[in-house]
Amino acid sequence: MSAGQPPFDSPEIRRLSPVIGPGHTYGSVTDKISAIVLTRPTSLGWYVGFLIAFSVMGMMTVAIAWLVIKGTGIWGINIPIGWGFAIVNFVWWIGIGHAGTLISAILFLLNQKWRTSINRFAEAMTLFAVACAGIFPLIHTGRPWLAFYMMPYPSTMGIWPQFRSPLIWDVFAVSTYGTVSLMFWFVGLIPDLATLRDRSIRKPLKIIYGMLSLGWRGSGRHWHRYQSAYLLLAGLATPLVLSVHTVVSFDFAIAIVPGWHTTIFPPYFVAGAIYSGFAMVLTIAIPLRKAYALEDFITMRHLDNMAKVMLATGLIVAYGYFFEFFLSLYSGNKFDVFLVQQRLHGPYAPFYFALILSNILVPQLLWSYKVRHNVVVLFLMSIVVNIGMWLERFVIVVISLTRDFVPSAWGRYSPTFWDWATFIGTMGMFVTLLFLFVRVLPAISIAEMRELVAETSEEEK
Amino acid sequence: MQRSDLYGVMGEFGTPEELLQAVKKIRQAGYRRLDAYAPFPIEGLSDALGLKRNLVPAITLLGGLAGGIGGFGLQYWAAAITYPLNIGGRPLNSWPAFIPVTFELTILGASFAAVFGMLALNRLPHPHHPVFNVARFTHASSDRFFVCIEANDPNFHVEKCARLLQEVHAHHITEVSNE
Repeated sequence: MSAGQPPFDSPEIRRLSPVIGPGHTYGSVTDKISAIVLTRPTSLGWYVGFLIAFSVMGMMTVAIAWLVIKGTGIWGINIPIGWGFAIVNFVWWIGIGHAGTLISAILFLLNQKWRTSINRFAEAMTLFAVACAGIFPLIHTGRPWLAFYMMPYPSTMGIWPQFRSPLIWDVFAVSTYGTVSLMFWFVGLIPDLATLRDRSIRKPLKIIYGMLSLGWRGSGRHWHRYQSAYLLLAGLATPLVLSVHTVVSFDFAIAIVPGWHTTIFPPYFVAGAIYSGFAMVLTIAIPLRKAYALEDFITMRHLDNMAKVMLATGLIVAYGYFFEFFLSLYSGNKFDVFLVQQRLHGPYAPFYFALILSNILVPQLLWSYKVRHNVVVLFLMSIVVNIGMWLERFVIVVISLTRDFVPSAWGRYSPTFWDWATFIGTMGMFVTLLFLFVRVLPAISIAEMRELVAETSEEEK
Repeated sequence: MQRSDLYGVMGEFGTPEELLQAVKKIRQAGYRRLDAYAPFPIEGLSDALGLKRNLVPAITLLGGLAGGIGGFGLQYWAAAITYPLNIGGRPLNSWPAFIPVTFELTILGASFAAVFGMLALNRLPHPHHPVFNVARFTHASSDRFFVCIEANDPNFHVEKCARLLQEVHAHHITEVSNE
């Protein structure tokens, strides 16, 4: 919002806050977005950021190599806490991915125009988050080179996966989710890859983008089938994304461990996933629009809407916490009651209160229009919510496992250096992949932005 | 006589509205083998080109059915036939426990069918195509709209088509060569 316009909270501006800046044409959106990849020189900031992220990713590589050499004993896990950071981080990363699919599929079906400029990088974020998530159960097996045992194939040992186990459901849910997200993302990219092919000057780039674009030529007959396929994929991805975190919650809810065995887990895991995912989209979008001057495309309207989705899903999560708490007490089951006491007064109580603070109390600030329109505050809040959602998974996994039925089976858990190195390392991998993505592919869907230009110019007539 | 090296005649337009008008008029003039090229999907273009329902939804349905039936069959075969485990006398065909994997494989099969069905029906990948021989066609992926009347149309005649394109206000009317 530049000077000379009405104050930001006047009703006119609220109504008119656009999904795309004024004065854009088909050519200008194409130029501006493709220039980031093709013509603008790579900035020093990109190199510095990439180098830092890549070094952090290197730490993950070392941590995993050491794990392969020594085994899972280098982590803080031991009986009774067999699920430590690996599962906490897995659930956290998978949840983050969910916002990308929500934006690209559900908001597409609901015909929400504001999704257009954020869906591409949100989908990329989904893929990278699923990649980070997938690492954890894989290395948690201890012998990751044998992970193919979980796949149904006619082995010479004559054994088959146990299809009644939620852990096998998880394998199918997460691998389907990763595959479908990749296809959805790629189908959306095809027309933009054709744009990059036609606009790149250097021969090698023309060949690479040309091969990736599959020879797309924008034919009306092709668009006809393309739109059917895209709509169908959106319709398929919508139940898929809801099922994935449901299945992840089954990993807990099917077990009889106190604090896990509740029917509220699936909906409240899904809401939590979308909550943390939108927080991550904001964490990425705010620096991205600043670094590449994309304020015309990722406008305050987008940030405002994402903040509202965060607030709404945050309230569902709060409702989930409340009912989890209430039903444990109301059930009269002494193990469940004891678990609630342990959350409030046990050795991990500070984590529980930090979780309540960052997931329920702090996000209430989002009711304020001024907070939603303050980019810096919004960025900080998105980080607080990310931390809060990580704490939620930590509280669920660790408190229940350290305090189950028999006192002789109680224990304590604390992560080691290698736990942290792996976890922080995956963040490095996530950021590394994002840096590469922004540099080599259009971070905003150019074809859909042109469509938006056409629609907005029609409305003005 | 038609030249065998000719793919068609192409005209260029500046806006989607002009493109739609042109496509409608060219079809009214009796041409059927024509295609429009646009940098984004245009509402009404499928109707203007006379395209009916396509096969993608049917293929997707088949893919989903194959995934679902195959998925359930896989689990039934593994858990009840080839590798039965008696756990406390519980039934081997414990179908409620097979629902999550069946569901996921239904979605997977349908998605594969939607994507690869769409690509196959569109004959993609297809990296070389005569329309790319037109120099200005690089704009078809950014800000320009094109119509090409193809030489295999029974009514095709180079001059007549060029005149028709002129009448519908096309710019840069060019012959599209096959080589």
